[in-house]
Amino acid sequence: MAPILDIKNLYKNYGATEILKDINISIEPGDFLVLVGPSGCGKSTLLNCIAGLEPISGGTLSIGGKDMTHVSPKDRDIAMVFQSYALYPTMSVAKNITFGMKVRGVDQATQDAKLKEVASLLQIEPLLNRRPSQLSGGQRQRVAMGRALVRDPKLFLFDEPLSNLDAKLRVEMRTEIKKLHQTLDASIVYVTHDQIEAMTLATKIVVLKGGVVQQIGTPAEIYNRPANLFVADFMGSPAMNLIPARVQRNGTSTQVAIARAGGDPIVLTDTRDLHLPEEVILGLRPEDIAEAGFRAGAGVQEAACLVDMVEPAGADTYVVSELGGKQVTARLHAETSAQAGQMLNLAFDMSKVSYFAKDTGERLN
Amino acid sequence: MSEWLENHLPKVVLAPSFIAVLIFVYGFIGWTAWVSLTRSKLLPKYEIKGFVQYERLFDSPRWDTAINNLYIFGALFIVIAMVLGLALAILLDQKIRVEGFIRTIYLYPMALSMIVTGTAWKWILNPGLGIESTVRGWGFENFTFDWLVNPDFAIYTIVMAAVWQSSGFVMALFLAGLRSVDGEIIKAAQVDGIPTWRIYTAIIIPSMAPIFLSAFIVLAHLAIKSFDLVIALTGGGPGYATDLPATYMYAMAFSRGDIGQAAASAMIMMLVVFAIVVPYLYSELRAKND
Amino acid sequence: MTDLSMPRTRAQGTAGKTALRWLLYVLLGLFALYYLMPLFVMVTTSLKSLEEIRTGSLIALPRDVTLEAWKTAWSSACTGIQCEGLRPYFWNSVLIAVPAVILSTLLGALNGYVVAQWRFRGANIIFSLMLFGCFIPFQVVLLPMARLLGLMGLAGTIPGLIFVHVIYGLGFTTLFFRNYYVTIPAELTKAARVDGAGFLRIFWSIFLPLSLPIVVVTVIWQFTQIWNDFLFGVSFSQAGTQPVTVALNNIVNSTTGVKEYNVDMAAAIIAGLPTLLVYVVAGKYFIRGLTAGSVKG
Repeated sequence: MAPILDIKNLYKNYGATEILKDINISIEPGDFLVLVGPSGCGKSTLLNCIAGLEPISGGTLSIGGKDMTHVSPKDRDIAMVFQSYALYPTMSVAKNITFGMKVRGVDQATQDAKLKEVASLLQIEPLLNRRPSQLSGGQRQRVAMGRALVRDPKLFLFDEPLSNLDAKLRVEMRTEIKKLHQTLDASIVYVTHDQIEAMTLATKIVVLKGGVVQQIGTPAEIYNRPANLFVADFMGSPAMNLIPARVQRNGTSTQVAIARAGGDPIVLTDTRDLHLPEEVILGLRPEDIAEAGFRAGAGVQEAACLVDMVEPAGADTYVVSELGGKQVTARLHAETSAQAGQMLNLAFDMSKVSYFAKDTGERLN
Repeated sequence: MSEWLENHLPKVVLAPSFIAVLIFVYGFIGWTAWVSLTRSKLLPKYEIKGFVQYERLFDSPRWDTAINNLYIFGALFIVIAMVLGLALAILLDQKIRVEGFIRTIYLYPMALSMIVTGTAWKWILNPGLGIESTVRGWGFENFTFDWLVNPDFAIYTIVMAAVWQSSGFVMALFLAGLRSVDGEIIKAAQVDGIPTWRIYTAIIIPSMAPIFLSAFIVLAHLAIKSFDLVIALTGGGPGYATDLPATYMYAMAFSRGDIGQAAASAMIMMLVVFAIVVPYLYSELRAKND
Repeated sequence: MTDLSMPRTRAQGTAGKTALRWLLYVLLGLFALYYLMPLFVMVTTSLKSLEEIRTGSLIALPRDVTLEAWKTAWSSACTGIQCEGLRPYFWNSVLIAVPAVILSTLLGALNGYVVAQWRFRGANIIFSLMLFGCFIPFQVVLLPMARLLGLMGLAGTIPGLIFVHVIYGLGFTTLFFRNYYVTIPAELTKAARVDGAGFLRIFWSIFLPLSLPIVVVTVIWQFTQIWNDFLFGVSFSQAGTQPVTVALNNIVNSTTGVKEYNVDMAAAIIAGLPTLLVYVVAGKYFIRGLTAGSVKG
């Protein structure tokens, strides 16, 4: 199948500043692509470029197999949902949704039918005669989606659509967007700075930093095999522990030594056959460090560590210990008896470890 | 074609206004600057003769008076209007029940034409029939208040009328400034037990520095441009005792037929405005773009 | 509003506070009198006969109220050699102000819309240059403008004055609309563009319906400026096309015959009435315009 969106060697400059550098992204119909990165990484600019709201400085962009590099937004067969919802303040909800059709000269009967369809899909029928100012945040969000849905476009663009909602509503709407995606089998490009949103919604994630693509992959790939230190640190909460370590090859396995506060370094064995430089950054997610006895498996190794802090979080308890000069977080079961200032045996799942080069930050295994 | 138009429509729409401003503001300033360097009399000549007009201007006793008057008028007008405006703003900031009504009264002169203001004050200050005769009517037979026709004091009548007209506006500026001070800072100060007057002098007023600057710019600008009020109140007289640069320029341009002098005096006026406004606008625009 | 009233517990404090409150109100009242006094004097003088003015006190109420002075001021006072009162000049001012206000507001709205929402390279510089145009002393353009109006055949005409007021009003009207439209999220324009609407359609369907408050502010500002203008009026008009401010000044300063102070005052009130009325009816917008025009660069 032809890609629904195909971006090749896209560059975007403002004067001398390069905002986006050599972006290559391609998605298939039905894909839910999430562009994620810290603020200022260029993700919104990239979305605006896809929409045609910003001209691009180099490269090509095609939507639905057609070259759209220089086509104006209205002819790109896209619809967009904005962070501030951008509802037209002086128009009723119904007029907001049908404005695009009116501009394009769609006949009244079709407009009405489409409006009805979308309103019932989003359950906003009772709101149709209201003004945007009379709606709650969640309702505005729905109307903004309605305005996009009614176009039935090849590609939906979402620009941080949930960031203006409170935490509870955000989770609800997230689920709804996911459902909508599944029902409509729509192709979506979605921008967010929230990595949880990215993980839950995406079929494919693009991590951006400083206008450069860091990694493209499925949520699982991004989470389990981050391509570099930035991705490792950015995706996941609490963040992946990134611990300086020294490694030594021992036959077909690897000895990993990590400095420990108040004692000798701990030495762990990774049984995988790896070729690593002597000094690395070891990446291990908090959930891959457990209390001894609560985790079993081929790669699990135990070591006693000094507990600096215990943070109960309801379902889990986080325990912080200083290893390799870093505050390392372990995710323990809620009923743990760990206490600050005491030694605790921790189980490290070495089969899950990621290794990164100390200098470039690139993934090594 | 239509694609091109759609893409360039914003520029096309802005262009006429921009061109108009280029011609009628900057082009005209250029023209005036040019003519100020010629020996133009009744009609403009375009042969540049250097700074003769400026030399004549600075040698002219009438211009000297006008500039002196601008100093006196400008300084008094700005200081009095600011002090009065700030005082009124602070008085009005004390949870006054009829604040809106009082504010309306203080500010209405700003809606009036300077000519109307001048006419009214001319009547009030009329030595034969105005305040002077009224106070004499109360039994103070020797009371004299003839500033309007006294060459040494006439300029102060212009200050009086100008302050009357503009101080309410300054009050409105300051009141807005007082209201925009972060309420939490004031609450914090109250919790610390700082007396009200100290809260004003130590916290609120210093944080209004930008408002002081704005008020100063507006008033200075008004002072330099003052023309109508002088014409209506004193006509520049007695003699030319109350001439300001604006009236000097007008007299040279339209009654004396001395275009070169008019242009030179206009350029000086503009340089003064430049000196005050440009740094201000520059910093404002800079602040906005950051 | 910040509450600066401090809780006091001692009875003495309460009494002192009450006294202070009284003092405050007395002060505010005195200032109110100061601002109202000239208006009061104008009105009472305009209702007196000349005889009463000569013999009575400035601040006394009229003994016999007469509207003679008003009649004279409106229809027969002399402005130099003509003696038609203010009436024709009042209408001149209307004929100048109405089209000039409409045109400059419309252009300002479009300009402000472009500068705020359709930023292009150089838009900021253009805006700064236009903004600066607001602050020049108009003396610096009087001479060339007089010549240009002559060349265009507009010297001493009402269209000429309209032209001048539109040109030199543009900076402020653009500033007003720009500052208003800048607060409207750019996403609104983006959404409309994705919806297929073009530059003018977005202005017409989305921005204009939002603009009522700023239109009111701008119209009031422009009307006040143009109505109260004297410099352009006196420089670019001739007998018959003068605006009301110029005619008022001529009436007051006409040296023929007896000085009729009551007529002067009536004429001054007539000339000031339209802007005063606007202020009373829409003071909120008037003040907003004043502060917007001076504080925000």
